[in-house]
Amino acid sequence: MGMNRDMIGFAYPDSKPFLVTTENIAAFANAIGDDNPIYFDQSVAQSFGHTTVCAPPTFPIAVTMNAMEEAFHDPKLNMDYSRIVHSDQRFEYKRPIQVGDELVVRAFVEDIRALGNNDIATFRTEVFSKSELVVTAWSKLVVRGEE
Amino acid sequence: MTINFDQINVGDELPSLEIKFTREHLVAYANASGDQNPIHQDEAVAKSVGLPDVIAHGMLTMGRAIRVVTNWVSDPTKVFDYSVRMTRPVVVPDNGVGATVLFTGKVGEVNTENRTVRIDLSAVCDGTTVLGQAKATLQF
Repeated sequence: MGMNRDMIGFAYPDSKPFLVTTENIAAFANAIGDDNPIYFDQSVAQSFGHTTVCAPPTFPIAVTMNAMEEAFHDPKLNMDYSRIVHSDQRFEYKRPIQVGDELVVRAFVEDIRALGNNDIATFRTEVFSKSELVVTAWSKLVVRGEE
Repeated sequence: MTINFDQINVGDELPSLEIKFTREHLVAYANASGDQNPIHQDEAVAKSVGLPDVIAHGMLTMGRAIRVVTNWVSDPTKVFDYSVRMTRPVVVPDNGVGATVLFTGKVGEVNTENRTVRIDLSAVCDGTTVLGQAKATLQF
């Protein structure tokens, strides 16, 4: 069994747009316990040369994880959702995410390989706002094989 | 405080952060991130899949680790690349105390041509390293 290797390179349809607001940035910053004023105060963001409030570096996970969920449940991919462990995460930022962005995620199955009894799946997610690429993220997930 | 690129040297240590993880924090993070996996909130579910107790979201640990860098540099948007390996879970008991993670950072590389700096991060909980190969690269 295991995951379907034929899915390597497959791109899932774009996610529905997610509107970035002062409220969802503040909620995320509060949840990670980060009080940096650039996440709350437009004038501070502007003092660093931005037009408006910026999001914390790991904020994009809120949209990329959702987009990947579709893949996790795709019967063609054959991924046992109950046995997934998130092992690695990387973000490459083109520019900061800001209030007013409308984030759309395109998720790709970048790689699937075996490691012992486990499958290691790497998803690449490209996050766009109004067709501009803002962040690329890579998530590596281990699907633990049956003992 | 503004960090001056010309004064950054390989081996410089950033101010460390000791951060508490409680069950309340995990609920708040689940709501803000949308990750409602019950292993981060429900002890019975966590134990049923072989975990010792409820564990923190790996992405919460990642989100907190970068604060070592962003507190130091003030402007978090200087970070253009950030990656971690989640090597061990942060176990969060429901005892009113929770878990404590010590986050530290050190300058691993300074590229004077491109004006970039790589910070190598570490996260230790109860003597166990919970993040591996954690690094952030900043553009000055």
